[in-house]
Amino acid sequence: MNYQTTSFLLSWIIFIPVIGAAAIMFGIAICNLFKMDKTLFDNIDRVICLVSTVLVFVLTLILWRSFDPEASGLQFVHRFVWIKSFNIEYFLGIDGINVSMVILTSFITLIAAVASVPWGGQHDEHHFTSKMTPGYMVLLLFLETGMMGTFCSLDFFQFYIFWEIMLLPMFFLIGIWGGPRKEYAAIKFFLYTLLGSLLILLAMIAIYYTSTPVTLADGSWAPHTFNIPYLSQMAKEGAFIDANPIFNITFTRLVWICLFIGFAIKIPMFPFHTWLPDAHVEAPTPVSVILAGILLKTGAYGILRFNFGLFPEATAFFASGMAIFGMINIVYAAYVCMAQTDLKKLIAYSSVSHMGFVLLGFAAFTAQGISGAVFQMVAHGLISPMLFLIAGVIYDRAHTRDIDAFGGLASKMPEYTGLMGLAFMASLGLPGLAGFVGEILVLLGAFPVFTVFTIISATAMIITAAYYLWTIQRMFLGEFNAKWEGLNDLNIRERIVLYPLGFVTVLFGVYPMPVFNLVNKALHALILTIAPFSG
Amino acid sequence: MNAYQSIAYQSIAYQSTVYQSTVYQSIPYIIPELILTGTMILIIVISFWEKFKQSRLIITAIAVTGLFLSIFSIPLPDHNVGLLFGGMLSHDSFAGFFKMIVLICTLFTFLAVYESYEIKDSVFSEFSTILLSCALGLCFFISSVNFLMLYLSLEFVSITSYVLTGFKKQNRRSSEAALKYAIYGGVVSGIMLFGISYFYGLLGTLDIFTIKQGLVLVFSQGTTPVLKLAVLCASLFTFAGIGYKIAAVPFHMWSPDVYEGAPTPFIAFLSVAPKLAGIAVLIRFVFTGFVVDNQVVANIPWPQILGLLSVITMTLGNLCALAQKNIKRLLAYSGIAHCGYLLMGVSAISHAGIFSVNFYALIYLFMNLGAFVIVIAIREETGSEEIKAYAGLSSRSPFLGIALSIFLLSLAGVPPFAGFIAKFYLFSALIDKGSSLYYMIAVAGILNSVIALYYYVVIVKVMFFEKPEFPSPCKPSPIYTWIIIALLIPVLVFGVYWQPVAIKASQAIPF
Repeated sequence: MNYQTTSFLLSWIIFIPVIGAAAIMFGIAICNLFKMDKTLFDNIDRVICLVSTVLVFVLTLILWRSFDPEASGLQFVHRFVWIKSFNIEYFLGIDGINVSMVILTSFITLIAAVASVPWGGQHDEHHFTSKMTPGYMVLLLFLETGMMGTFCSLDFFQFYIFWEIMLLPMFFLIGIWGGPRKEYAAIKFFLYTLLGSLLILLAMIAIYYTSTPVTLADGSWAPHTFNIPYLSQMAKEGAFIDANPIFNITFTRLVWICLFIGFAIKIPMFPFHTWLPDAHVEAPTPVSVILAGILLKTGAYGILRFNFGLFPEATAFFASGMAIFGMINIVYAAYVCMAQTDLKKLIAYSSVSHMGFVLLGFAAFTAQGISGAVFQMVAHGLISPMLFLIAGVIYDRAHTRDIDAFGGLASKMPEYTGLMGLAFMASLGLPGLAGFVGEILVLLGAFPVFTVFTIISATAMIITAAYYLWTIQRMFLGEFNAKWEGLNDLNIRERIVLYPLGFVTVLFGVYPMPVFNLVNKALHALILTIAPFSG
Repeated sequence: MNAYQSIAYQSIAYQSTVYQSTVYQSIPYIIPELILTGTMILIIVISFWEKFKQSRLIITAIAVTGLFLSIFSIPLPDHNVGLLFGGMLSHDSFAGFFKMIVLICTLFTFLAVYESYEIKDSVFSEFSTILLSCALGLCFFISSVNFLMLYLSLEFVSITSYVLTGFKKQNRRSSEAALKYAIYGGVVSGIMLFGISYFYGLLGTLDIFTIKQGLVLVFSQGTTPVLKLAVLCASLFTFAGIGYKIAAVPFHMWSPDVYEGAPTPFIAFLSVAPKLAGIAVLIRFVFTGFVVDNQVVANIPWPQILGLLSVITMTLGNLCALAQKNIKRLLAYSGIAHCGYLLMGVSAISHAGIFSVNFYALIYLFMNLGAFVIVIAIREETGSEEIKAYAGLSSRSPFLGIALSIFLLSLAGVPPFAGFIAKFYLFSALIDKGSSLYYMIAVAGILNSVIALYYYVVIVKVMFFEKPEFPSPCKPSPIYTWIIIALLIPVLVFGVYWQPVAIKASQAIPF
């Protein structure tokens, strides 16, 4: 249990973007000092951003190659005492729960970084890609640091800091580079997530004061700790179950609810989902890509790491509640999608629906359920960025996302139509594509435990198919709307981002084992800690 | 002499166990105060020459030098807790810590006022002298352990504050603010004096140590409802005077008007130094007068009173701040809310609570002062204090926009800025206590943090997301840039590595 530093790889992964951001800020200072040409610096900043994200991606690939899925416990640990007076440690590590998310994050951020560059497109000067470029790139890089740190941190306090670091760049990215109602969307996003974070903060402090003495990284004794592996160990030994009740509610249950609401806001779970459509609709395309692809996963990851890892007994107690909310997410959001005319809003609500499968899979505590849920996180992390990029393509050209305004685009933009068809089919769960694997496993895993909820959830897949097919019909089939005579097909940058995503979607649909190999062992160990309490 | 008084006299024997200096022996312990006094006199003498009186540079140089010397001569924290001047002042690390905060705040105020032409050249030396005397009063206020000294230093601070508030003589708002401030202050100090007279009548002493010993003895011999009521009233009335200085509800009414009317550099000072000094005195009052081994004596429900007040104070402050259009009024209400957060830490009645308040005070100094310095800088450029005037600041002056955002987000308690760490310690002090009362206060604090975030973020929104009215660049004078950088560094660094601050704050717990 007493992990010591074995590798600095994770610290590099987390802080390379910060180095990139620092380089860009240094560039701004130089540029202002010598009154140099701004456009040249804009291009340099884009290159710095791309280089940093590519480097991070390469490092995560190295991580993937050297990660041993059969080993139990943590790998690539980097640990030292950060703040002695409050027993806070700097503790990074990788296990089966976060490895897939780390690789996904670096991949999607790279895609978003490429999508933020105006190559080959005919953009007017008001387009977000040419507005305050250095600031945009700095924030994008800080956002990557925040996300990577959130997934890799194994000290609760450190996790919380990174969790909040994700907030500010997102707020500014939506607020400055966003659409017409950007202020409203940005502030709503900020307030919702901060409320959730503060609940997590209270829970974190309560857990800290309940923890039992441990030995810190430097060998010194500490009365309490934020160290998550130690905390999970204490949970197994029953330190939290016997803790004093708060407001006469069992300690574990109250803390579990605080944590769960905090994470559920990020997922987002009904009824806390209303910030998501606003944020997505107003955010520029690459920001939507990151938001849907990774930020939503941080909430689900938090539930796995904290709710499951620290409070197995309370998790088992609240399982049906999770399943019900998962079902509501799936069904309710699918019906809302039917009524949308804005393409981005439709995709946003479909995200809510698909994240419902993650909750349902978690709640089942079966091997298929939880593996399926984590696979669904990966699959959704690949498909929803693709969908948002596709929405961005049409918005850049037509300056509208109104589904009914189009018609017969298939004849004008065949390549685009093909990719959109692929993304829609993947999202609605067509066998052979990534979306199917996650959903079917979740449904299989949940059926023996929550039969009724699973059946109701499964019906929503029909609704999902309906709204996607209907959208394809309205946009691409039928009579060509002559207004869109000037539209042209995909340009080089859009191909660069869409084809890899499409390829991985097909690959994981046909052969999902790379993901399962990574995660299965750790997830099944997690299930075993909860199993004694359920049923 | 009544029965209670005679019991109290028995306990005076306690005093002799504490190291106590005569007047002559006490002098070395008040060197910072003496340097301040010397600086004041020097500025007054120099102002006899018209040429020097008009010179901002010379007067600022003298004041800043004096303050520097004064800060460095604050006795280092040692465990040698002693009483000075026959039990009037206490010499301990706690007083030293808060004196340092007050003097640093005064130093930055002097740097900020140098280029602020709200204070005219012709009255600059008067302003400097009175501001220094206000700081001097605060130093005595912080270390007083006798009600007489407490009252005198409070009045000293108040009267200098009234004068500084009304410093813009031609300005109606400034005069109105000064009058309101003086009337409220007069009433409250009357109430305080009344409360103190109760203590004197009951126990025959004004010494806070002795009062505690007396209360313990008196209450150990059985109580009557009348006695309980008398002690409760006396405590609450005395608290009123301190509550007025820190602008806690229900003694906060003067605050927004004074903030709006008074010269901005003085408000930068007022929002930090007297508020934090008041909190320090409140801690001293409660812990010296009513707490033995982290337990409250004399049946006074201090945790409940302070907890309730803190919740009301922060809720009212935050809700009122939501509707403000003037940034100084907004910061006034935000200051009231922060007073509520600080009271939250005091209400824990524990060492963790004092530690968290110390920590918060030091961070609050940097972040609140930083926000105000930017308000001063922008006022000098645009002549406006309306939030509208901040529209598009990010494009007019990216540095000011980013810096103000950092200060405001730090005030809101968003990581990775120092304000978050400070707030974290406050909450952890509450949850450490582990009782329903404190959980309730903590939840109220959380909800308030979300409300507070809204109005801070609205300013950020105005600066970053809205188009400027006049797109011309806004260049603050270099001195403001340097002050802002000096204040930004602690806010950023202590948000990531705050071990030195934590050690400093934990050394300043003498009780």
